[in-house]
Amino acid sequence: MVSIANPSSRAARRTTFRNVLLGAPLVVLLLSLLVYPVAQLLLLSVQKGGEFSMASYVQLFSSSVYLNVLLITLKIAFWTTLFAVIAGYPVAYLISSWPQQKKGGLLFWVLLSFWSSFLVRAFAWIVLLGRNGVVNQLLVALGIVDAPITMLYTFGSTMVGMVHALMPLAILTMLSVMENIDRSLPRAALTLGARPGSAFWRVYFPLSMPGVAAASIMVFVTSIGFFIFPALLGGRRETMIAQIIIVQVEQTLNWGFAGAISVFLLIVVGAVFAVYDRVLGLSSITGTVADDRGPRARNRWAVAFSEGVLNVLAKTSDWLASLLPKRRRSRREPGQSRGLLMIVLTILAFLSLPTVLMIPLSFAGSSGLNWPPRGFSLQWYQQVLESPLWMQALTRSLIVGIGSGLLAMFIGTPAAFLLVRAKMRGKSLMLAFVLSPIIVPRMIIAVGMFYMFSRVGLAGTTLGLTLGHTVIAVPYVVMTMMAVLRNYDTRLDLAAQSLGARPTQVLRHVTFPILIAGLLSSFLFAFATSFDELTISLFASGGLNATLPKQFWDEVNLQISPVIAAVSTCLFVFVAVLIWTADRLRRRSAAQ
Amino acid sequence: MPSSNLKISGLSKRYGDFVALAPTDLDVAQGEFLTLLGPSGSGKTTLLSLIAGLAQPDQGQMLINDVDVTYVAPYERDIGVVFQNYALFPHMTVEENIAFPLKMRNIAPEQARKQAQEALELVRLPQLGKRFPKELSGGQQQRIALARCMVYRPSIILMDEPLGALDKKLRDHMQLEIKRIHRELGTTIVYVTHDQEEAMTMSDRICLMNGGRIEQLGTPAELYFNPRTLFVADFLGESNLFEATVSSVGPDTIGVMLDQGRVPAKTAADGRPLSVGQKVRVMVRPQNLQLSRTPSQDMPGLSATVIDVMITGSLTKLYLNAGFAGETPITVALPTSRQADAWRVGDTLSLHWQAADAVAIAE
Repeated sequence: MVSIANPSSRAARRTTFRNVLLGAPLVVLLLSLLVYPVAQLLLLSVQKGGEFSMASYVQLFSSSVYLNVLLITLKIAFWTTLFAVIAGYPVAYLISSWPQQKKGGLLFWVLLSFWSSFLVRAFAWIVLLGRNGVVNQLLVALGIVDAPITMLYTFGSTMVGMVHALMPLAILTMLSVMENIDRSLPRAALTLGARPGSAFWRVYFPLSMPGVAAASIMVFVTSIGFFIFPALLGGRRETMIAQIIIVQVEQTLNWGFAGAISVFLLIVVGAVFAVYDRVLGLSSITGTVADDRGPRARNRWAVAFSEGVLNVLAKTSDWLASLLPKRRRSRREPGQSRGLLMIVLTILAFLSLPTVLMIPLSFAGSSGLNWPPRGFSLQWYQQVLESPLWMQALTRSLIVGIGSGLLAMFIGTPAAFLLVRAKMRGKSLMLAFVLSPIIVPRMIIAVGMFYMFSRVGLAGTTLGLTLGHTVIAVPYVVMTMMAVLRNYDTRLDLAAQSLGARPTQVLRHVTFPILIAGLLSSFLFAFATSFDELTISLFASGGLNATLPKQFWDEVNLQISPVIAAVSTCLFVFVAVLIWTADRLRRRSAAQ
Repeated sequence: MPSSNLKISGLSKRYGDFVALAPTDLDVAQGEFLTLLGPSGSGKTTLLSLIAGLAQPDQGQMLINDVDVTYVAPYERDIGVVFQNYALFPHMTVEENIAFPLKMRNIAPEQARKQAQEALELVRLPQLGKRFPKELSGGQQQRIALARCMVYRPSIILMDEPLGALDKKLRDHMQLEIKRIHRELGTTIVYVTHDQEEAMTMSDRICLMNGGRIEQLGTPAELYFNPRTLFVADFLGESNLFEATVSSVGPDTIGVMLDQGRVPAKTAADGRPLSVGQKVRVMVRPQNLQLSRTPSQDMPGLSATVIDVMITGSLTKLYLNAGFAGETPITVALPTSRQADAWRVGDTLSLHWQAADAVAIAE
């Protein structure tokens, strides 16, 4: 992987040695805790009693049950992707078009939702959509329905939860592309005679397509591996593949069959990526901008088709705009329509309100979780504080979070240096390898790790969990640090060297002081990932050894009580403080 | 008498408390090349955005060919804009970029392709139609941006520092190209730049702006020889400014007494409303200062010592000190010759000028 033009020279050998040193920790981590366990799981799928056997696959395809689950999984993932991307687009568009100082306000709500625990959000929807929940109360009060209707445990409630869960991811992915679109292009289109509709559909929209594509595949692949939302918000008919794997591991301990389903799931994800790569090219995922597709994507039929569609969209929106009454003395600058702002605020309310509504419920005097809450008490918080289960889970999560955050930071940062600075072949391959913990469905990693850990006595231990979470968190550290390093002016290092600083002194006095904010935010990123991680903790810990998400999960499956609302509120406030801190850090580093 | 193509009256724009453009009047004639010149923050880009319709004015009125367009959307204005970064659409080929405005005007594809090709020939890049913008050099992108703007023959073309990103040699070449195209098409051009040399080279008239208002509007020669304010004198070309007091006002010349050294001198009158005793600055361009070893009887001069001599090419520059506290050195420019080379650092000389080469500017 590491190769240098002239290996005979001594300097070149030293560079090679340094590159290996930078990349090795990460490669070792991923090989031992990702590749090995997953490969072992795949091997298990073709064994029975130590011998080669296709029994698991025979079982998988002998009834239509599992194929049906696959179809349901794909269906849910498809609709989730569609809704999350379409509803997320205007939000990303508006945020990217706002001036830098005002952006923060809108972005905060997206980030808050992005970082809020999936469990907290799923629980919020259980309460909201229940028979006596806010939505039913509202519908009855408005006279739309006579009696509360059943919304929970249906396809609809699953979709609402999934879209709610993944829209922030879609928004942030699209935003990273939209931020790089030159704003003078749609303005230029206006001066060239394009009406606003045409300027948007013919110029801005095609340029934002890579963002839409990247967001689509991220949301699609993530939702294929989901189990929290279908399990908590869906009914029997919304069972997804990941849930089947859980059942195999937790109830029947049938490793071979769990492995077979994992292979099945991996093939599906692989196929999705292959199709994506054929149509759009994988490089667009990392957020590189549209224009370098160039002539490559110019399939004649595809071009003619998209031309036609865009033309219709452009003409239609221009025509609709011409129907609106014309204001002669419009004071607003072009492109700042009030209608768009209203739509975006509605979507942001959809993202934020469910978790915010937990707050009053956590102070309720009664235990029914009904809306509106009656009375006021701190009893639920008291119960949490007095419960050894919750307190131990919190301690464990903090220890594991800080441990894996630090570990991921120390392993990921050198790799980011390597990927940004070093000149070597196979860089994109290395990047793909680094990102694999995000791409491989987490359920498969979790099952493989659990099998491996239980054989070496690491299952359920703090060390095991920390290692597992490090694997999951390290891609985020690498991506954050790569972004930071790309903005770092390496001439500063050269300047320091020319002023007489040795390499270690350069690191200590120049490089690290400048990068410290980036390092801290990558640590926070890793910590937050671990703090909210459920899949790996699901198998690896239980009872008094549970992490916070695991304890939450067990509790929600047991009973829905205001105690959980109290925990949700605490988590919500904790995340809000984290984001605020991270934002301050970013500003401080930007001010430098 | 060419009719007024663009007529602006009382146009103004604020951003919060910041006055981006004070109420401004401006007339641009059909076929004129007008340059908005000024330092950054002087309001020239704001004025351009208002003309383009990319920003909305707070007050005032704007007519294009006698039609009120003050609040008309940019796409209904019959203007063209060449943006600073060219703003070529990266997802379209050069030909598609140029055909875009025609498509927006519902011109048939065949006709549009033909016109696009003609526009490419006008900017002398006929073979680049199938390329993408990022495959072109900066100078080529610049020409394509011009072609895209010319192709639909807007009655006014606005250019926002179009040559800012090019290196000096290419910039000089493109200045000539733009002038050629302007001559061939006869379109009105409103051009924004902060480069005074570029403004002088290209413009029929220069509108020099400062602090959100027009400082002076006139031909390059008018601004150069007859600046109305200190800002204009200082911004356009090199100048020496001497503090002085008006001692006499005649029909052709104004007599002044230089504060430094109490030396009497004369400046051109130019109909300036000055009165005896008024404080003024006397502006003399470096190339209009004359040097002699000894003061002559009829033309008493300021005595100064050479502190530096530089050959800058065709001109030799002398920097002199008149020996007063806090003074900026006086600059004298001479054609480079063996004679000019004879001046040495430390020589004490006498400086004087022709009355017609000096102007008195009220402080």
